[in-house]
Amino acid sequence: MRVITYKEALREAIMEKMREDKDVFMMGEDIGVYGGAFGLSLGMLEEFGPEHILDTPMSEASFVGVGVGAAIMGMRPIVEIMFSDFLTFGADQIINQAAKLRFMTGGQLKMPLVVRAPQGSGAGAASQHSQNTEAWFLNIPGIKIVAPSNPYDAKGLLKSSIEDNNPIIFLEHKLLYSMKGEVPEKDYRIPLGKSKVVRSGKNITIVATSIMVKRSLEAAEMLEREGIQVEIIDPRTLKPLDINPIVESVKKTHRLLVVYEGCVTGGIGGEIISQVAESEAFLYLDAPPFRLGGVDVPIPYNLNLERKATPQVEDIVSKVKEIVGGDWYARISRDA
Amino acid sequence: MGEISKECKVEMLYKMILIRAFEKQAEKLFMKNLVHGTMHLSIGEEAVPVGSIFAAEKTDYIVSTHRGHGHMIAKGGDIRKMFAEFLGKETGYCHGRGGSMHIADFSLGNLGANGVVGAGIPIATGAALALKMKKRKDIVLTFFGDGAANEGAFYESLNMAAIWKLPEVFICENNMYAMSSPVSKFVPTQNISDRASAFGIPGITVDGMDVIAIYEVVREAVKRAREGKGPTFIEAKTYRYRGHSKSDKNLYRTKVEIEEWKKKDPIIRFIKKVTESGEIDDEKIEKIRKDVAKDIEEGVKFALNSPEPSTDALLEYVYAEGGEE
Repeated sequence: MRVITYKEALREAIMEKMREDKDVFMMGEDIGVYGGAFGLSLGMLEEFGPEHILDTPMSEASFVGVGVGAAIMGMRPIVEIMFSDFLTFGADQIINQAAKLRFMTGGQLKMPLVVRAPQGSGAGAASQHSQNTEAWFLNIPGIKIVAPSNPYDAKGLLKSSIEDNNPIIFLEHKLLYSMKGEVPEKDYRIPLGKSKVVRSGKNITIVATSIMVKRSLEAAEMLEREGIQVEIIDPRTLKPLDINPIVESVKKTHRLLVVYEGCVTGGIGGEIISQVAESEAFLYLDAPPFRLGGVDVPIPYNLNLERKATPQVEDIVSKVKEIVGGDWYARISRDA
Repeated sequence: MGEISKECKVEMLYKMILIRAFEKQAEKLFMKNLVHGTMHLSIGEEAVPVGSIFAAEKTDYIVSTHRGHGHMIAKGGDIRKMFAEFLGKETGYCHGRGGSMHIADFSLGNLGANGVVGAGIPIATGAALALKMKKRKDIVLTFFGDGAANEGAFYESLNMAAIWKLPEVFICENNMYAMSSPVSKFVPTQNISDRASAFGIPGITVDGMDVIAIYEVVREAVKRAREGKGPTFIEAKTYRYRGHSKSDKNLYRTKVEIEEWKKKDPIIRFIKKVTESGEIDDEKIEKIRKDVAKDIEEGVKFALNSPEPSTDALLEYVYAEGGEE
C-alpha cells in the first residue's frame, strides 16, 4: 500500500473534503502563502483561493468565534491554531460558546467546527509551545477531542471530524508530522468515539494516546523479548471515550497502565482509570491501575530536561516491568 | 421621516410598547418569585432594537446580548415562548435550557442572546463571513453594549469585519453603564464611535432615545453592508431605567439622573411625534395598548400553564447526532 506522512495524510483529508464540499474552508494564521507554521497547508491556497484558505490576523480570541459564527450559518470551518498552547486565547469561544450554544438554545443549531492544533513536546520549543492540552477540555460537555497517533488514523479521523456536527478539538502531535505509514488512496473514514486495539497481548493493557502509541509499541517489542506480552489500545477519540474495549482488555490482562504525554495530574489517565475502576474490570485487577504521564512541570528547553519531563520508551518499559513483575507492591508498601 | 410608511410606524410603536410591557410583566413575575434565575431589563432602551431591526429586512440576521428581550421582540419573537423560557418551561424558546439570557430563534434570524459580554461579536462576524462566502445578500446586525466595547474580541472582530468588508452593522447600545461602571470612567473619549476610525470604517453616534433617528442611520449602514462596502459602527446613546440585574441596588447613580433620562423616554417621544404629525391618532394608540395587554396576558397564561422539561431529558441537546447530510 501507498506510504505517506502524517502531515500529508492530514493535508489530503482537508483537500479532499474541500473539493467535495464548498462549505468546508480553513482559517488561521499564515496558512496561505506560508503554508502554516508546520507547512501543512502548503499548496492549498493555489487550489482553493484566499477565501477558502483564509489568512487571519493574530486574533485567536475572535477568529475561533468567527468559526463558531460561520458554523452556525451552515459552513464547515476548520480553524487552525498555530500551537495548541494558544487555545487559551480562543478558550471562551470554545468553552462558553461552541460547546454550549446548541444546548442553551434547546437544540436550534449544529456546530460543525473543527479546531486543529499541533501539540506536544520534543521540538525544543519550551514551555509555551510544547504543552499537551487535551486535559483542559476534557471536562467540557459539548465538545469532542480527537488525537490521532498515525497517518492512517489522522486522515480518517480528520474527515470524520469535518463531517461531524459538533465542535471538535483536533490535536495533532508535532513530532508525528513526519511519521510515515500506509494510507490507502481510496476514500475512507474512521468513526469518532471508537478505540482501537493496536497490539494484542495477555500480560498487561497499555492505553496510550497520540505519540505515546508509537512509544508504547516500541516498548512492547522490547518487552516481548523478555516474555511480557503487552496489549495496546489507542482511544483515538479522547472525548467521548470508548471505554468498553479497554474494560474488556483489562478483564483479559488483569493489569492497566495509561501512558500519555500531558501532565500526569488531572489528565486523561485519571479519567480512564476511574472508568475502569468503576467497571466490572475492577474485579479482575491483579495490580493497581497506573498512570505514566508527563511530569508536573512546564516543558523545559534543555534536551535532557525535556526528555525527562515526558514518558520515553525506556520509562514505559520499566513501568510495565514494575507492574507485571510485582515490584509495585514493594514500592507502595515502602511508600506507605 | 418621509420614507417610513404609517403602517411601519404603527408597527414600530406596537413593538416598543410590547417590549416595555413584556419586561414590566417579567419584573412582576420575578417579584412574585416565579422566576428561578436572573433577568436583565432594557426598559428605556426600546428605541434601539426597534429602530435598528426595522431598518433591516426580515431575512437579515441579528446577534443579541444578555439584555436581549427587545431584540427578540423587535425581530418578531413569540412572547409566549419568551415568557415560557423565562419561567424555564419546556415550551420556551430553548426548552427551558437557556433562560432569559439565551433566547434565540434561528427561524427568525435571531442567532441568539449571549451570557458572555462581547462574545457575540465574533460570532456575528463569523455569520457575516458565512453570508459573504455563500454569496447571499443578507446582512448581520450585531448588538452589544458599552461594556463589551472594552473587550478584546470587540477590537479583533471590528478589524476582521473591516479588512474583509463583511456585511455587518455593529450597534453599540451605550446605556451609560457597564453594570455599575459609568462609560466616562472606562472610555477616554466622549464617543465610543470614535474607535471606528481606527479601523477605517464609518462611526456614528446617534440619539438612542429616538427610534426614527436610529432607523435612519442603521438603514444607511444596512445599505452599505448589503452593497459589499463593509461594516459601519453605530453607537446609540440610551439608558436603562432599571438596574443591571436583580442584584442591583442602584448605588452608582442618582434618582435625579434616572428621572432626567426618563424625560427623553423613547416611547413617549415617539407618540408625541406621530400624534402631532397626525399620522397616528389617540384611538389607534389606545388599540395598540389594548392589543399589547392582551398579548401579555395570553403569554403569561401560556407560560404558567406550560409543563416543565422532563428531568429524564437532561442530556438532550448536548451533542448533535450524526454528521453531514
